[in-house]
Amino acid sequence: MSSFRKAVLTAALFAAAAGVTAQAAEKYPGVGRTATAKEIAAWDIDVRPDFKGLPPGSGSVEKGQDVWESKCASCHGTFGDSNEVFSPLAGGIGPKDIETGHVAKLKDEHAGRTTFMKVATLSTIWDYINRAMPWNAPKSLTHDEVYAVTAFLLNLNGIVPDKFTLSDKNIAEVQQRMPNRNGMTTMHNMWPGNEFKGTKKYDTNNTACMTNCAAEPKVASFLPDYARNAHGNLAEQNRIVGPQRGADTTKPEPKTFVPGAAAAAATVVAQAAPAAAAGGGGGADNKAAQALTAKHACTACHGMTNKIVGPSFADIAKKYPGKTDYLAGKIKAGGSGVWGAIPMPPQTLSDADAKTIAAWLAAGAGK
Amino acid sequence: MDHPAINSGRVRKAPENFLSQDGIKTVFSEAKRGRRDFIRNAFAAAAAGAAVPAALAQGNPVPSEGGDPNILNLPEHSKGLGQGVDPEGSYGMPSKYEANVKRRISPGLTQTTQASVSFAPLQSLFGIVTPSGLHFERHHQGWWDIDPSKHRLMINGMVKNPLVLTMDEIMRLPSVSRFHFIECGANTAAEWGNVAVPTVQYTHGMLSCSEFTGVPLITLLEMAGADWKNGKFVLAEGADGSSMTRTIPMSLIKSGEVIVAYGQNGEMLRPENGYPLRLVVPGVQGVSWVKYLRRIELGDMPYAAKDEAVHYIDLMPDGQHRQYSNLQQCKSVVTTPSGGQVLLDRGFYNITGLAWSGYGKIKKVDVSVDGGRNWRQARLEGPVHSKALTRFNIDWVWDGKPAIIQSRAMDDTGFVQPTYRQLRAVRGTRSIYHNNAIQSWLVEENGEVKNVQLS
Repeated sequence: MSSFRKAVLTAALFAAAAGVTAQAAEKYPGVGRTATAKEIAAWDIDVRPDFKGLPPGSGSVEKGQDVWESKCASCHGTFGDSNEVFSPLAGGIGPKDIETGHVAKLKDEHAGRTTFMKVATLSTIWDYINRAMPWNAPKSLTHDEVYAVTAFLLNLNGIVPDKFTLSDKNIAEVQQRMPNRNGMTTMHNMWPGNEFKGTKKYDTNNTACMTNCAAEPKVASFLPDYARNAHGNLAEQNRIVGPQRGADTTKPEPKTFVPGAAAAAATVVAQAAPAAAAGGGGGADNKAAQALTAKHACTACHGMTNKIVGPSFADIAKKYPGKTDYLAGKIKAGGSGVWGAIPMPPQTLSDADAKTIAAWLAAGAGK
Repeated sequence: MDHPAINSGRVRKAPENFLSQDGIKTVFSEAKRGRRDFIRNAFAAAAAGAAVPAALAQGNPVPSEGGDPNILNLPEHSKGLGQGVDPEGSYGMPSKYEANVKRRISPGLTQTTQASVSFAPLQSLFGIVTPSGLHFERHHQGWWDIDPSKHRLMINGMVKNPLVLTMDEIMRLPSVSRFHFIECGANTAAEWGNVAVPTVQYTHGMLSCSEFTGVPLITLLEMAGADWKNGKFVLAEGADGSSMTRTIPMSLIKSGEVIVAYGQNGEMLRPENGYPLRLVVPGVQGVSWVKYLRRIELGDMPYAAKDEAVHYIDLMPDGQHRQYSNLQQCKSVVTTPSGGQVLLDRGFYNITGLAWSGYGKIKKVDVSVDGGRNWRQARLEGPVHSKALTRFNIDWVWDGKPAIIQSRAMDDTGFVQPTYRQLRAVRGTRSIYHNNAIQSWLVEENGEVKNVQLS
């Protein structure tokens, strides 16, 4: 659309909108009602970059550390630098960055990126912790706890000192120390509308050349042979009829072309047998318990055979054979010190689910 | 249409040349009626003729007994009584032979299933609509199946009369139904630096297209008495644990394009896709299509939500991040043949794929089978909707030699999809999001198709 026509259209919509506003409520009688102040207060929790919406309160680095170790460290690591479950939150920031407001390490091709290397706005951190953390119990922190955890994270990143209390009164000053506060640009054409100014120009300019075009004929990147089956058997990931089949990646790549060979080899992936059909054997129970470990996000911290944040299921099974009740209690209540310094927070799941998982662990955590 | 040289060597003529006179008649009359089986049979009849090249006969050869046992021996389903409708009623499911066609996770991509992705099987889809059960999933904190009778939508902020609406009320309002694609901003992210995954399901599968039904957001804002003069940005917020928030572009709201949707492909949204209410923001990356939508706030500045201030920001080589980079630029991919597949035989193929643009309609798609040196314009299957997937296809005869298949889309702004070299020259390889480069599939002499990148 030409910018002229767009302008006219926008103007027309503006006029229409302004005209309709007065009687809009009358246009659809009986539909919708006025939200009460109480309802708005319950849901309108967002905090903007200018801190509009920020509730009063405060929290110290020290208190934040307590909250952190009991509710956050299991996923993010004691120092917010864990890369096991989620991307690291802390690190990569130098004192100079706090002066310039643009993290120098972002120019380093090989550097990883932490949350505080990227984020420009402190409101984002407060708002997100308040609305979505802890991961398995969002919105359970008090406002003061959110201030405290935010203060602790700021301290981990060298932005505030150890003896610091963050509050609604001083948060705007701390914003002025955010290490990447000058690190964002809206100079692109990927926001529709002119609110950010930006540019109308695309950043690439390919042409629709049709013949004898400047091509890049050399194959420069492909998957190595050892990765052939890394995404499972591709023969089972394609339809069994049609112009092609999936390659049987359980076997080495064929050296020559055999017409029709792929058609002959194609199979439908076996349908999962219903639990009843498995005859109540161990296999079905094992599958059910494993499904629960995924459902309740146990697998975020526990691998089948590998240590992640917590011990592997195999290691737990080895240590507590037959101890279903003990394990069910531990799952519900959480604990610390048995396997390492990072505590496991109490888990919100039904007694029945906890027992199913515990029984599976106690029976050896089979597949 | 002019067909420049596809490949040197054994280019076969069009199929008409090896059909008998009767066969051609059958193909034409049956093709009009859309009966593909008859076309295949006509080809089989042609294959029985002695003059047919050997390579083309091998897909469906005539057995020594003089006929196909699938024809000569009537199967059970031709001789017996079939199954009845379910007296209890039922929700229809695909054929058991289609069990390979499903969403999949990419191994090792995420540590949890709640903050994760499942990819749509683009290699097995036709047309432009993604069946709802195959629509890609992206969750930030797990999905829910919410009781619609208890779901509420609130409109507040810079409005005269903040509103609360029930689902009953939203579904009473005038509705629109529109086809739109949804693509995750991180689609094809694994491929910025090099080839990382084998198939189009994993390279491009965070992409789906549905007919969405709902109420234009502008209607609800008008009902609430929006302050159009000072209200410049809208926040959308979800009702799930993540309570996901995103700043929604006002120009798309004012154009009437943004929809508060409850319908998807003729039924309600699927729980994984936001049942009972989600925002549809045409052309904009999927993260803005807030699921389980509970609140709309009108304000006068952008919100810098977590997923527009920590994630979904594009790192440029100079160390700056592009923020509020919302639109999905013009892009396309060939889905058949595509990575991880094996061609059954030499001879004719209908290369087909998908093209889309967050800026408008697809104007044309070109296809190359020689790694981008020569291109031919593909057919657009239609319908061609704005900000929707567009299906294209083009004839190709595989002569058994290596070929590199690419597609290159152009949208109605005149923008042409870039090569990897062009994209990396501007954005480097670390921006994660918005990779819309031309995809290359290498057809090897052994018939296998591989994901490759060229230089």
